[in-house]
Amino acid sequence: MARIGVFICHCGENISATIDVEKVAKLAGKLSGVAYSVDYKYMCSDPGQTLIVDAIKEHKLTGIVVGACSPRMHEGTFRKAAEKAGINPYFCEMANIREHCSWVHPKSDETTRKALDIVRTMVEKVKNNTALFPIKVPITKTALVIGGGIAGIQAALDIANSGHQVIMVEKTPSIGGHMSQLSETFPTLDCSQCILTPRMVEVAQHPNITLHTFATVESVTGFIGNFEVDIRLKAKSVDFEKCTGCGSCWQKCPSKKIPDEFNAGMSFRTAIYTPFPQAVPNKPVIDRANCTWFTKGGKCGVCAKICPTGAIDYNTEDTILSVKVGSIVTATGFDIKHSDFFPEYGYGKHPDIIDGLQFERLASASGPTGGEIRRPSDGKEPETVVFLACAGSRDKAKGIEYCSKICCMYTAKHAMLYKHKNHHGKAHVFYMDIRSAGKSYDEFVRRAIEEDDVNYIRGRVSKIYEKNGKLMVVGVDTLLGAKPVTIEADMVVLATAVVANEDAESVAQKLHISYDKHKFFAEAHPKLKPVETNTAGITLAGACQSAKDIPETVAQASAAAAKTIILFSGSELTREPVVATVNRSAAPVFTTCTGCFLCQEVCPYQAIEREEIRDRAGNLLMNAAKVNAGLCQGCGTCVAMCRNKSIDLQGFSNQQMLSEVMGLLNEPF
Amino acid sequence: MRIGYYPGCSLQGSGKEYSESLFAVAEKCGIVLEEINDWNCCGASAAHSLNHDLSVALPARTLALAEKQGLEQILVPCAACFGRLATAQQELVSSEPMRAKMSDYLEMPVKGTARILTVFEFLQEHIFPVADQYIVNKLNHKTACYYGCLLSRPKDLTRLEFPEDPMEMDAVMEMAGATPIDWAFKTECCGAGLSVSRTDIVAKLSAKIVEDAVSRGAESIVVACPMCQMNLDLRRKEINKQMDKGSDIPVMFITQALGLSMGLSADKLGLNRHFVSTGKVVSCVGRKEV
Amino acid sequence: MAEPFEPKIVAFVCNWCTYAGADLAGTSRTKYETNVRIIRFPCTGRIDFMLLIKAFQNGADGIIVSGCHPNDCHYTSGNFHARRRWIVFKSMLDFMGFPTERITFSWVSAAEGKKWAELVNETTDSVRALGPFTEYKNLDFTTFNQMDHEAIAR
Repeated sequence: MARIGVFICHCGENISATIDVEKVAKLAGKLSGVAYSVDYKYMCSDPGQTLIVDAIKEHKLTGIVVGACSPRMHEGTFRKAAEKAGINPYFCEMANIREHCSWVHPKSDETTRKALDIVRTMVEKVKNNTALFPIKVPITKTALVIGGGIAGIQAALDIANSGHQVIMVEKTPSIGGHMSQLSETFPTLDCSQCILTPRMVEVAQHPNITLHTFATVESVTGFIGNFEVDIRLKAKSVDFEKCTGCGSCWQKCPSKKIPDEFNAGMSFRTAIYTPFPQAVPNKPVIDRANCTWFTKGGKCGVCAKICPTGAIDYNTEDTILSVKVGSIVTATGFDIKHSDFFPEYGYGKHPDIIDGLQFERLASASGPTGGEIRRPSDGKEPETVVFLACAGSRDKAKGIEYCSKICCMYTAKHAMLYKHKNHHGKAHVFYMDIRSAGKSYDEFVRRAIEEDDVNYIRGRVSKIYEKNGKLMVVGVDTLLGAKPVTIEADMVVLATAVVANEDAESVAQKLHISYDKHKFFAEAHPKLKPVETNTAGITLAGACQSAKDIPETVAQASAAAAKTIILFSGSELTREPVVATVNRSAAPVFTTCTGCFLCQEVCPYQAIEREEIRDRAGNLLMNAAKVNAGLCQGCGTCVAMCRNKSIDLQGFSNQQMLSEVMGLLNEPF
Repeated sequence: MRIGYYPGCSLQGSGKEYSESLFAVAEKCGIVLEEINDWNCCGASAAHSLNHDLSVALPARTLALAEKQGLEQILVPCAACFGRLATAQQELVSSEPMRAKMSDYLEMPVKGTARILTVFEFLQEHIFPVADQYIVNKLNHKTACYYGCLLSRPKDLTRLEFPEDPMEMDAVMEMAGATPIDWAFKTECCGAGLSVSRTDIVAKLSAKIVEDAVSRGAESIVVACPMCQMNLDLRRKEINKQMDKGSDIPVMFITQALGLSMGLSADKLGLNRHFVSTGKVVSCVGRKEV
Repeated sequence: MAEPFEPKIVAFVCNWCTYAGADLAGTSRTKYETNVRIIRFPCTGRIDFMLLIKAFQNGADGIIVSGCHPNDCHYTSGNFHARRRWIVFKSMLDFMGFPTERITFSWVSAAEGKKWAELVNETTDSVRALGPFTEYKNLDFTTFNQMDHEAIAR
């Protein structure tokens, strides 16, 4: 006979402010099968949990329902309490009367009634719960880090330094990411590559890190502790074992007019190339889409002829490398909008209107102008540069309502760098607000204004057009009473919006992680779980989750590494026993399963196997379905498919779900 | 396909040459424009400044009449009229209560389903496909195509391919053998309805437009809005006072320019109605008159 | 004085997306109508549609079925199966003359707290307009109950 305990939480005032919790506890106590019902201010607290443990023992409860927050918050907490009290933790269910009731409805009888309905539904379910025991699976203690920017690098180093193996996959020919394109970083004006490249080398040389560049993740199957990942190693056309990185090939390559991605399109590179001098690995690959050998049927071949070690091999093909990993860190980074995103600024036709990354390349000593700020159109030094903050961001009309976070800081940095290099130049910044909240950030912006004479104008720019070789920047000064301002500029730098990579959606789908409407990957909880995703075993680091600067990225990457190391710290992984099972009974029935294997067809994890059922003599009686509990993830698609209900899902069985529906709708009073 | 025609007050009055040249070109290309019977004023700026229902009812009546006449497409050349009719249509189509209210006021059913064409859509869909065979003279000069505000905003209503740098008129002018220039004031305001109450503002704004076109070598300005034409043409004396050096650059309607390339006479195209002489441009054009 | 009709809406949702989206509506304090009660499933693929019939039979006036957007299923393909099942089920219900306007099939992701609130409000409004679901009450079980079931079984 069921003896259910009901525990209604006030959650301070979060629940009690709109729900009459005492009444709910009282009425729940009258439900059939409920032996004890009480309300308390903070169920998840120590005294709250003690209350539950004591009640279970004292009233010999066989199951409990905690009416409180979402099970996604505290199901674990209360299941542990139940276990402590000596009952199987799966006899504990939570009734979500906070997120689904008290927080979304006003104080009223209706809200209280709804809370009682929710509690009653879960009471009926618990009456049909069965004892379940955790499933133990082995953990592959290797981590996969997708993305070789500063986020991926930090995460990889932390995990590797803790003694575990790391596989890093980077889609471009070198690690480093956008940070390697920057000239100096705020707020210290440290040379970006100087602080980054030692880390890049550390990654390449670390005994625990296997680096695959020019590679992408092709597919991911499996689950936490047991992922199987196919990595596509794109054909480099260069044998890295033989290549010494001497550079003869790209020095002689005749295809020299390919827009250089590293220099943000402001210079050209060759078809066989290393992206930048400090590339890791510092060995070239061939861009087959632009290589004469590949596009014109075997013509050219200069690099192969000139290579002193014979490392060039045009006949290599993509290969797929299958690896087993236990956890995945997603550090795939971001992209930015470019000047062609702005019809009001000329649809991208003015070469002297550039974006932030392009300015970084101009300012960079290894960039196309050797670190001198020059106009892309004619190479002349600009005398007046106008910087536009918030270009595209915080603009609902452009579909980007969010703030890109880093632009206020890098705009101040750009203006300062320009002034440091062009002492007599004039720098103007059109801004909406100044968001410089980090450590030493506001002082940095003040420096630009007070020491480097950067003119900050609060207002937006409605149009930029070209006149007599100048860019006419038409804006407004709102602090001077909305006075229209037109500045004749030689160059305009747009602090364009940070956006997700073009392939972000496809990466998320491969990993089965959620993403928002802007294709930024979704964290499990915006406050308390900023690095985990809803998919166990997959963490996020860096700007792929949302725009952020380098210190935050590094912190988040270390956090993701910590989560990974926590996972690897156990000897095996304990999995929730929410798995499917196919009924079995004694002879002559054996099972009601008819062996149609429809369940096997729909299982996304290939968790259903065929079992041969034989008699004592060894004659085959039937083939029945059998679930591999280690692989089953508990989705229950097989259960809904089964035509005669031979397969059921533990924790969400047919009887449990039916009792919820019946309990909800058949009110006792 | 029957094409309805809504001239609005402007094309009957101060913008008469727009109507004349439009009909001349249409006739040349074998297209018949059917004027909507008993149409009324669209309400222009006055109606929507004073009373929302009135600003919908006035165009709605015209739309109801067009439906009664069985017209599925209506050409509305005047930019303001287009804006008012298209906006009223959007309100009618998206709100059943509004449709009911309007049908009630007008004592006529109105659905708002007729397709309202901008002059660019009309040119692209009906003139472009056939015009080639009628172009006999190249216009032989540099022209600045001026679109103004109401033909480019709101962008969902006006449906230009590149709202900040439209090319619809430019394409027509290129077909007509002119050289449309790239310039910066294609969609800047001429001063619009302030022509009478604040002529000084019109002078300043229109002067910027003329100045930019002229400084980039334009020999004519081509427009598709009767208000713009008036401001740039009629107010030239005031405009010239705002410029360092005044200009006598002529301002033609797109249909007038197109008509010239089709060999139609300056008279037929209403070119004699302008305040700033179009003589220089007409003389650039080949001599064939048909 | 009879109270105005307030529909009972039962929502069958998946844990990873819609349940989490409803949680997000809660943490964001987005207010919506009180008529809905959520039944949590691990995946929409788990939902046996006979449960929907059970719900209507026992007093539900409207039903919402909601899960992850296609391509985003936490279990890869559960929602595809749910969708296909729905298409077949709906045709069958339509054929039987069942008012399928009472069932709303939707996709709400874990990031779409606002969409959940809107979905609840819209469904509540439309079911309220449809009135209480009373059709099942027309089923006459008296004859059935009077039959000799044992004889039939033999």
